[in-house]
Formats: sequence, C-alpha cells, structure tokens
Amino acid sequence: MSTALDSRLVGFARALRGHGVVVGTSEVVDAGAAAHVLGLEDRERLREGLAAALLRRAGQRQVFDDLYDVWFPAALGDRDGVLSEAPPATVQDRRTRAAELRDDLARALAAGDERALDELAARVVAELGALANAATTGSWSAQQALDSLAPQTAIAGALARMQDADEDAPGGSGDGSGGSGGAGSGVSGPASGASFASRFTRDELRSEVAAFRRRVETETRRRNAEARGADRISRYAVRAPAEQTPFLLAGPAELDELRGAIQPLSRKLATRLAARRRRASRGSIDIRRTLRRSLSTGGIPIRPALQHASPHRPDLVILCDLSSSVAGFSRFTILLVQALATQFRRVRILGFVNRVDDLTDDVIGAAPGSDLSHAFDDLSRMTRWHRNSDYGAVFADVVEHHLDAISHRSAVLILGDARSNHTDPQFDMLREIAGRARHVSWLNPEPARMWGSGDSVALRYSEIVDMHECRNVAQLREFVSRLLPV
Amino acid sequence: MSTPAPQAPATPRFDSIDDARDRLGETGYLASDAIATTTFLADRLGKPLLVEGPAGVGKTELAKAVAAATGARLIRLQCYEGVDESRALYEWNHAKQLLRITAERDSADGWDALRDNIFSDEFLLPRPLLAAIRSEEPVVLLVDELDKADVEIEGLLLEILGDFQVTVPELGTIHATHRPFVVLTSNATRELSEALRRRCLFLHIDYPSAELEQRIVTLRAPGLDDALVASVVRLVQRLRELRLRKAPSVAETVDWARTLIALGATQDGDLSAELVRDNLGVLLKHQDDIERAAVALDLPAT
Repeated sequence: MSTALDSRLVGFARALRGHGVVVGTSEVVDAGAAAHVLGLEDRERLREGLAAALLRRAGQRQVFDDLYDVWFPAALGDRDGVLSEAPPATVQDRRTRAAELRDDLARALAAGDERALDELAARVVAELGALANAATTGSWSAQQALDSLAPQTAIAGALARMQDADEDAPGGSGDGSGGSGGAGSGVSGPASGASFASRFTRDELRSEVAAFRRRVETETRRRNAEARGADRISRYAVRAPAEQTPFLLAGPAELDELRGAIQPLSRKLATRLAARRRRASRGSIDIRRTLRRSLSTGGIPIRPALQHASPHRPDLVILCDLSSSVAGFSRFTILLVQALATQFRRVRILGFVNRVDDLTDDVIGAAPGSDLSHAFDDLSRMTRWHRNSDYGAVFADVVEHHLDAISHRSAVLILGDARSNHTDPQFDMLREIAGRARHVSWLNPEPARMWGSGDSVALRYSEIVDMHECRNVAQLREFVSRLLPV
Repeated sequence: MSTPAPQAPATPRFDSIDDARDRLGETGYLASDAIATTTFLADRLGKPLLVEGPAGVGKTELAKAVAAATGARLIRLQCYEGVDESRALYEWNHAKQLLRITAERDSADGWDALRDNIFSDEFLLPRPLLAAIRSEEPVVLLVDELDKADVEIEGLLLEILGDFQVTVPELGTIHATHRPFVVLTSNATRELSEALRRRCLFLHIDYPSAELEQRIVTLRAPGLDDALVASVVRLVQRLRELRLRKAPSVAETVDWARTLIALGATQDGDLSAELVRDNLGVLLKHQDDIERAAVALDLPAT
C-alpha cells in the first residue's frame, strides 16, 4: 500500500484524537487493512469502512464525518462539471446572483434532485463564499455565502413549484394519480386539500434546506482545508459532538439539541440503574429459590439465592442558580432530574438568583416534555433589589426559610458557578446546610482551572462541600449515574 | 507504518460489496450501503461485527440474513442477566460422568484410567460459543443483546473473538476449523468494555433513508399501492423528527403497512387523516407520543 495513504490515515487518526475520539494503533492498522480491501474508488464506501474500523460508539459519527470530508476531500479546487462563474464584483451583482442561485435552489428542492443540490452547494461556495481578500489568503466563508443566499427563503418558491407540478400532473401523466389529483384541484383549498402526505411537505423542505446548509459548510471546509492544510482546519472548523459541548458556550440551537437528548439519556440511566440494583442486591436468603437452585448440585445448596433488598431512595433537594450566566446549565440539569424524579423519594427544587423560590410544583407537577420556561423565566420572586447572583444571601435564605426541606435523608445538589459578585459568601450558612444534609454536592459548569478567579468563591466553597466540574453532558451523565441510589 | 496483510479466511464469503448487498437482498434483507460495506469488510478482515442501533432496525436480522445468504448454520447465544460460562461456553455432563464412575467401579483399570476418561469429549456439553468454534461446517455466530449480560461474559468472549479459540482446562486449547462470522448486537444499556470494542468492527444501524424504507415496506408488505407506501414512509420519517419517547422503527412501519392491507386500504391512492388517527397506535406505543403526534400532524379530534 502506498505510504501516502498511510500517512493520511495517521494524520486523520490524530485529528480524531484531537476531538476526543479514542483511536488506538490497532484501530489505525484495521483502517489501513480496510482501505486496502476497499480501494479508493468509492468515497462513500471508504467512509463507511473507515468508520467501522475507527469508531467505537455512535455518538462519534458526526465528528468523524466532518473530519473525513477534510482529510479525504471529494475534489480539489473547483469541481469538474460544475460551471461556476467568477465571484460577483459589486454589491448589486451579488444580490442578483444570490437571487438566481436561490431560484435554482427552489427548483432543485422541488424536484428533490440530490445531484443538483450538491452542485449548487459547490457553486454557492465558489461564487458567494469567497472572502474579499481571497487573493491573498484564498479562503471561503460558509457564513457569508449562506447569509447572502438565505436558503430558507427558497422554501416558499419550492412549494409553489411543487403545487404547479401537481396541478399539471393530472393532464400530463397517466391515470394512476388522476383520481386524487382531480379531487385536489376540484377543492379550491390550499395544499392541505390535495392529499394527506402533502401536509408535511413544508417540514420536509425545511429539513432539506438544513441539509443544504450542511452541504455548503462541508464544501467550505473542503476548500479551506486545501488552502490552509487539513491539520489546521480539522482543529478549528469541526464542531464538537453534542456530548462535549460546554454548557456555558452552547447557543440556543445547541441547547435545543441537548434538550432532545434528555429523554434517551434518562431512560438509559434508569435502565443501567435497574441492572446495577439487581446486581448489587444483598439481603436475606431466599429459601425457595436456594432449594430450587441446589437441585443442579445434588441437593447441596452451593450457591445461595438472595432476596432482593428494597433500594434506599433518598430525598433530593436541588438548589439552582437561574441567573442568566448559568441558566442554560441549570435548566438542563433540572429537566434531567425531572425525568428521573421517580428514582427519588421526594424532589424539591429551589431556584434562586439572590433569593430562594420554591419551583417544585411548577417542575415536578408538569407533564414530561412540556415547556417549563415560564417557571424559569419568572425571576421576580428570585430577585431582590438587583439581578446578580448572591450565593451568601441565598444560603442564609435557605437556612432561614427552607431548612425543613433538608433532613438527614436528603441529598442536596447545588447548581451554579459560585460567582457571587463580591458579596459576603457566608460560609457558615453553607456549613450549616452541609451539616444537616446527608450529602451535599455542587456542580460547577466552569472548568476547574477557572475556579477562584475573579469574583468566583468556588475554591473556598469546595472546602466545605464536594464540588464537581460539570462542563458538558458527558460529565453530567457521569455524575448523575453516581448520584442515583443503588 | 506498515499494515500486515489482512488475515483473510480461506474462502471469502462475499466477492464484493455489491455481491454482499445482492445476496443479502435475495434473502429478504435490504442492506444500506453502510451495512453492505461493513459486512463485506467484517468477512474480509475476519473480524467480529459489533452492531448497535435503536430497537427494531434489523440488528438481529442481519445475522440471520448473512447465515441465509452464505448457506451457513446460525448459532445464537441470547444473552440475559446472569448468563454464565456453563450457559455460553461449555459444561461437563455431571450426570453422565457419575454414571460412568458407578459403572466402572469394579473394573480393573482403576482410578487413573477412569480419571482420564471422564474428562473427555464424550462428557462435554458444548454451548453456543464452543459449538461455533468446533463446528465442522461454516457458521454464523450471533451473540444477541450482549449488553444484558454481565461484565464477566465479555472477558470470556475476548479469547474467542480475538483468536477464534477456546481453552478448556481439561482438554487444552481448541482452535476454530472455520473462522465463524461473528455478529454481536447491543442496545447500549451498559457500556461495553474497550477491550471488546477494540476487537470488533463497529456498525451503527440507524433508521433507513426514505428510499430504502420504501423498498423494505414494499418487500415485507406486498400488495400496497406505491403511492400509498410513499405516503406511509413519509409520515413515519416525519414522526421520527418529532421528539417522541419511542420513535417508530422499521418493524413498526411494516406492521402499519400490514394493518392497512388488513383494513382493505390497498388500492387507496393516499392516506386519510381519519385512517391515520385511528391507527396511530400501531406506530406509537405511548399515549403522550400519540397526543403529541396528533397535534403535530393536525389530525381531527375523535
């Protein structure tokens, strides 16, 4: 096998490692063998083959695909057979060009033509994505291309085209669709009149457009990788998988994606917990099952069967900072706890900014999956005089008004960044809470190296209670699975 | 870096990726490009195939299809909590050994001959793993739902998956005469160990593309109008995009198509909102999922 391919594979593996995918030497050897067997003719098959050899779990696929496009690009430079014109010079030109491309996009979407969409993505990057100083750096921007194109505006055009096609269809093509098509145009109503399936046309087009955006991004990465080197692009231009996205840096779209992960995550945690419980069951001997089991060893009870002990279910008290800086993290954790509420004897949720408000009824009472933002957004009962978090005042508030919620059976979970805006941290109050509760854990969404910097009193608080760094879903899952009672 | 030549089995089961896909297709398993490629690779590289994915996308079916396509025997080890060595690998036939000891009590050879005798092949009960290794004919070994089994079983599998051999202390090491095609499936309720993952090729089977799903439904539930099948698949694909507790899988799509046949909707050109509303229970298994889908699809209230 060629050494060029080998070194490419090694570089690819190193890029994967840089993004947290564990790729050992034996995996690279497997990948080499796979590439050897598959050959380089079919890019998509090589992709699947390398994925089978290099990946070990499903969550890594997104990163893999992005990096694969960088390290094994579909083409070099302009694509063959795609006629792209020179980038427009003036603003006016740019606008008309974008309109033309948008028209093409609507046509391709309406026809569902994969190939045309692919070529169009290449053209969009080449014509609209070239940066102004391209002559010197030779770079492309997907952001710029997509901003000028505004692909979402092509949906309406595509819908109109599809409707036109539907209305033409009965006359043009055979009798198969004649019946329903005729009925559709007879009723003068909008698209919903024609057929049931056409109700989701708009949604389908929307996901098509999202896919088109990804195509443009992929194409941009490819062209940038060529200009700047695959090594560099794979370090900066590839998005981390959702599990590794830091809570504090996640945008609205990413938070939405994370919320979608809650249900599967909670189910997985619950199943694992059930398995662990069964394995950890220690109790008195179950006579009936022991005797039955002893039959296989000649009546001698060699392996006793144990009765299942009922699990200890603690109370859980969550004390969460809902100020804007950490709200994303707190909400996510609360939603996860809500999904797991049955695992605990009782759950109390106390939200705060600089005053404590009991959110238990709003959250636990609500149906799973319903929108809870009203409970979180109403900060009026959690603030006093100002809107900055003040941990000291909050702990004092808890001790004064909510101490009855905390008993020797409760596990207390504090969510927040421990940035107290230079107010009195009131360590005694936290000590009193810690003394009453069975256990206190603090989840801090900031990286541990930031603790104690600026107005953060995390290091001082961590001397009193267990503080854990919890920057992303992976770390949160790890923690919650340990928190759950066995 | 140099890669050693892949340890190809004496006779590869599949000639090419297209060959793999066609022959799997003949048995009624329509494989996506990813599945065909990985299956072909697993055969060529002689490595076990670890398959993960949501329930009902055909993980177990894949092993059956490979067995059928290559004319091999399928040996299946169904894992469950507490499955152990004597269920998975081998067991000594105690009762028969005791009989032999009693029968030979008065013989002249004495204890020494007897001791060598009772730990021989005759008294060995092969369980799926040993059966697959010792088989004279080519086999497909399916280790189903490995995540349900305890961690110890994984340790047991390492020797078998890495070198295709089994060590029985009394008999020595048994090497496989034919390298079995091994498929492991997992639903990821427990994280499998790195050592095990490292020995396998990994395949994540996701819900199929609309085009492939359409062909699967046509194959599994023949008799429906093409336009109707297309509508059914579009509906299911749309449902998967909603955030449901349990998204409908391929098996449920096929069930639904069969329901439509049973209801006599075969010649209808399209779905009607009432029909969808009344039969949504075939696709979705939770009441709140059904309610959410009804809102999203704008179905009429009952």
